[in-house]
Amino acid sequence: MPRTIRPAQSGMLFMQGNEACAQAALDAGMRFFAGYPITPSTEIAEMLSERLPRLGGKFIQMEDEIASMGAILGAALAGKKSMTATSGPGFSLKQELIGLGCLCEIPCVIVNVQRSGPSTGLPTAPAQGDIMQARWGTHGDHPIVVLSPSSVSEMYELTVTAFNIAESLRNPVILLADEVVAHMREKIQIPESIKVKDRLKPDIAPEKYRPYAVEKGEFVPRLADFGDGYRFNVTSLMHDETGFPTNRSDVTGALLKRLMRKVESRRKEFTFVDSKDVEGSHLVLFGCGSTVRSIKQAAREAQAKGLRVGWMKTSTIWPFPDEIFQNLPKSVKTILVCEMNLGQLVHEVRRATPDKIRVDSVAIADGHFITPSDIMARIEVVYS
Amino acid sequence: MALANIEKYLRLDKFPHIWCPGCGNGIVLQSVLRGLDKLQVDQNKVVVVSGIGCSSRSAGYVDFNTLHTAHGRPIPFATGVKLARPDLTVLVITGDGDLAAIGGNHFIHAARRNLDLTVVVINNSTYGMTSGQYSPLTPTGAFAATAPYGNIEPPFDLCRMAEAAGATYVARTTSFHVLQLPDFVVNAVRNKGFSLIEVITGCPVYYGRMNKLSDPVDMLKWQRQNAINPKQASMMSPEELKGKFVIGELHRHEAPEYTEEYDKLIQKVFQEKS
Ligand SMILES: Cc1ncc(C[n+]2csc(CCOP(=O)(O)OP(=O)(O)O)c2C)c(N)n1
Ligand code: SF4
Repeated sequence: MPRTIRPAQSGMLFMQGNEACAQAALDAGMRFFAGYPITPSTEIAEMLSERLPRLGGKFIQMEDEIASMGAILGAALAGKKSMTATSGPGFSLKQELIGLGCLCEIPCVIVNVQRSGPSTGLPTAPAQGDIMQARWGTHGDHPIVVLSPSSVSEMYELTVTAFNIAESLRNPVILLADEVVAHMREKIQIPESIKVKDRLKPDIAPEKYRPYAVEKGEFVPRLADFGDGYRFNVTSLMHDETGFPTNRSDVTGALLKRLMRKVESRRKEFTFVDSKDVEGSHLVLFGCGSTVRSIKQAAREAQAKGLRVGWMKTSTIWPFPDEIFQNLPKSVKTILVCEMNLGQLVHEVRRATPDKIRVDSVAIADGHFITPSDIMARIEVVYS
Repeated sequence: MALANIEKYLRLDKFPHIWCPGCGNGIVLQSVLRGLDKLQVDQNKVVVVSGIGCSSRSAGYVDFNTLHTAHGRPIPFATGVKLARPDLTVLVITGDGDLAAIGGNHFIHAARRNLDLTVVVINNSTYGMTSGQYSPLTPTGAFAATAPYGNIEPPFDLCRMAEAAGATYVARTTSFHVLQLPDFVVNAVRNKGFSLIEVITGCPVYYGRMNKLSDPVDMLKWQRQNAINPKQASMMSPEELKGKFVIGELHRHEAPEYTEEYDKLIQKVFQEKS
């Protein structure tokens, strides 16, 4: 059951995206942060190093991003809502342990403020090149939820949501921000009260506790805290309901299926999409993250020129919101996917969209922020 | 037999264990449990964290809060647990590859912070789990699955490394001298800070077979012949010390412990606020 809490500050505020993320994490109850400095995520760590001790929480700067990821998983098992924040190179380093978090079902939030890559790339330039890595970066099939904010307000809201999903799903959640939303400052309205979810703890006797067993019809097992008398085992090997290694294919197959269904079964609840002027439009712009800002402006400019252009955006990248492409109005001839990479989201859109609709893309990966004119230029070519 | 005192710390339903006959891991684990028994620990308040390797499978066999992590990473997980719950006793059981190769960076940093962890490294001079490749603890000249012509790399001295990095308790023993181990465990856990215990042991199946020590008894004899105490060591020349290992409680010093310093920091910030 969600709790209603009062955020530390509310009302109309002026904030930076990274600040809004740190504030939201604290409001959601995060009390353990481990990280390693990297542009453009560093403000989150800096702010939390100042704020966490004031709330009796802990901040630690670890020796690298792998260690940061390990530390938040350890703290989460000891009962704390935990988070780390990084960018491309650090996100790459975290991958192995993100998979451990998924298999061992340890709730945590990983913020990746994307910057231009590959490798060290352009550290201060915006990009959205980690869309596929956020889904498939760690080895093996695994469940994951990835959220993408397009404004400072969404940095706040989606960070709270990320914790709520992580804790109620017993799974890592990735907040895939980008340099623009992380560094920009704008007005943000923080409500008087927000809903916060906590993980479900076992309510049975310790001898009966099985850390990976679920009730019939449920997908999320209950999680006890280390030190609270339940004495369970967590292993990165495939395991049975009691948490001990097994190589029985019926057990490991069922485990993996349950993990995937955990996300699938609640996909509606995790799908955050928005749209405008799609009804009657010939062309629909689509994107996520800061790109949405240019998409909205381009739609206005196109409409001013008499073109029938609408837009859709998603704040949930994974699971991908297939459903919004499946029942588009008959008027829609073209979807124009706008993104700051050489084409990642566009593959998903092609997969989800019926063949009769053409899918085209504006794909920019040279370090400049995608502009309304970049989008307009393509609208003029593909509009029909 | 003599398992009576420590049976309560074992998950007997998880036996038989996966270790080969003649492996040193069981000898070490048993002695670690004897140490914990001397301390009369509350099993609910002990967390055992391990990495990946034969030695790291120890975590699954003991009845505490147990966490079998990824290769090389038990110390970061243990760091998170200890910071989240400073009241818990946190032990790391790891292998020489796990701790000193892939996990080497975490090892020196946890020692530098003097975080209150007890790290028991089971040093079998090789990567047992993956069939005997050389590790950062394989002696120069020894053979390994990936050193078919003999190892040309020098090994680490883990104890001197821990001391240099800031560990406040450092000890070494072997699976032959294992009667020392329970007391070392007692002192390591009591030490408020980072403690390292290195236990030199044998992997007769891979290291032994490739180095003419395939009989587990020969491995124990090798440990007996080459272990010396600090006093003997102080009288030997560098030439004479080659291939020997110094055993005993090698280092202790007082230093601020990380979680205690953190609590002081929190207190200070609270006072400033009020
Ligand atoms: C990231 C990663 N790299 C490599 C491996 C393969 N691997 C598993 S155990 C191991 C070495 C274990 O050696 P050690 O820690 O000395 O333990 P032992 O098996 O000798 O007890 C290796 C290389 C792995 N599991 N994960
Ligand atoms: S391979 Fe070596 S270290 Fe592993 S269980 Fe067998 S003897 Fe022990």
